[in-house]
Amino acid sequence: MTVVTDFEVEVEGLSKRFGDEEAFVIEGLDFQVKKGEFICLLGASGCGKSTLLNILADLDSPTIGTVRVADRPTLMFQDASLMPWLTAGQNVELALRIKGMGKEQRRVRAQELLELVHLGTAFDKRPHELSGGMRQRVSIARALAQEKSILLMDEPFAALDAITRDFLHEELLGIWKRTGLTVVFVTHNVREAVRLGQRVILMSSKPGRFIREWNINLTEPRRIDAPEVATLASEITDHLRDEIKRHG
Amino acid sequence: MAELNKDKSELERLSAGLDALENKTTQADSIARKLFNFSGPLIAMAIFVGVWQIVFELKFVEEYILPSPQQVYQALVNQYQEGILLTAAWNSLSRGIQGFIFSIIIAIPIGLALGLSKTVRVVLKPITTGLQQLPSVAWVPAAIIWFGLSNATIYAVILLGAVPSIANGLSSGIEQIPSQYLKVGRVLGTTRIQQIRHIVLPASFPGFLAGLEQGWAFAWRSLMAAELIAVSPALGVGLGQLLDVGRQLGDMSLVLGAILSIMFVGILIEKLAFAPIREHTLRIRGLRN
Repeated sequence: MTVVTDFEVEVEGLSKRFGDEEAFVIEGLDFQVKKGEFICLLGASGCGKSTLLNILADLDSPTIGTVRVADRPTLMFQDASLMPWLTAGQNVELALRIKGMGKEQRRVRAQELLELVHLGTAFDKRPHELSGGMRQRVSIARALAQEKSILLMDEPFAALDAITRDFLHEELLGIWKRTGLTVVFVTHNVREAVRLGQRVILMSSKPGRFIREWNINLTEPRRIDAPEVATLASEITDHLRDEIKRHG
Repeated sequence: MAELNKDKSELERLSAGLDALENKTTQADSIARKLFNFSGPLIAMAIFVGVWQIVFELKFVEEYILPSPQQVYQALVNQYQEGILLTAAWNSLSRGIQGFIFSIIIAIPIGLALGLSKTVRVVLKPITTGLQQLPSVAWVPAAIIWFGLSNATIYAVILLGAVPSIANGLSSGIEQIPSQYLKVGRVLGTTRIQQIRHIVLPASFPGFLAGLEQGWAFAWRSLMAAELIAVSPALGVGLGQLLDVGRQLGDMSLVLGAILSIMFVGILIEKLAFAPIREHTLRIRGLRN
């Protein structure tokens, strides 16, 4: 058995601003993510969460500092961002096609991935025929199709109703456990962070800096309405509120 | 293990329940609606012809200025029986379609360049927009001087009418692509070519289609203008020339008949070619209903 010590993501002294005269959006970030770890980045508006994810996904570059990732990560958004001219299955196939997978093979694989997110019967449905939660599951299947080891998620469930969100939390954790993905999950929902993460990092706003982090050692599986989740969430919320009040 | 299986089935049942509750049912048009969609325009046309007939009966104006629907119909039947009407319609239509296809082939690279490169856009967009605004009939005299009374004149006028519309349609289609789609393409690791092939072209298709429709309308109008002005035995008879024959003979029935034929061909192309593609495109993307 090999001991996994390698970090999947290593960030050192990362700062970002858009233009020489502008203020820093994120400043002096240092953190590492272990292989297979599930971390949640928590922060109010303006903490540069999306900027950070864009840099990790190589869609943007740091102004100062270095970022090292083991594999180019895949990124999921708040909006499922499915291509409206493709069916659910074809959306998943698109990821496989871009990787160069053959026609027969990718159809089979796309179907498998849709079954993984419990959408085995939705292959031929168009995005507009699916609910928000179903679209986001197709988006998860598309991300999995890329077979990247790192999954970045930018408030992926923020636009969903509470029941659907709760279900998707369970779905995501199930997939995470089965696949061993490294997940960096950005949210402004404290309970969601405590519910999902092994580690929760609280960020300040304007500029985004790391304030504090919590290792979550709660029992698994934990429900979003479990008392220990609520207790820790309210502790973190107090810190978050202090941070927000600082800007008042 | 049993615990895990129980959990799994629990999750699956929850998933199935949620999906069933959120399942969107799209309501198809009722039969009555479909029937009305078909018969509505016919009723409007019947009313139009009825009003025309009444105006004719009231004898406000002389017959040579406003003939009856019956006389116009008879003029068309005469042309048909002499074998001129269908030949003229076919000549015009085939010229129009050929010119339109050339236009598409020329416009696509221009539209892509305009849409993909900001530099090209800044330099060329004012020119293509200017050309699009210019009534292409204005080109007819120039084309006659350049190419004489030949098919080249007619094709040149069609191209000048259609290419700017198609190119601008494609270019706006590309400019209006939600940036999120482009971002997803990059996250999926597309090469430049894959990004164009799998994201940019399909995403810009509605804009391109609008450009095609406008391009066809311009091509058809330009063609009629060219046929009206460029009359020569070498060019054969098209609907525009038929219209001109009617004018020269002072045969108002033939003039109106030719105008109706030109309209009819336009409607036919819209209904048979563009409408189905447009409906399909909008429907699958959820832009209808």
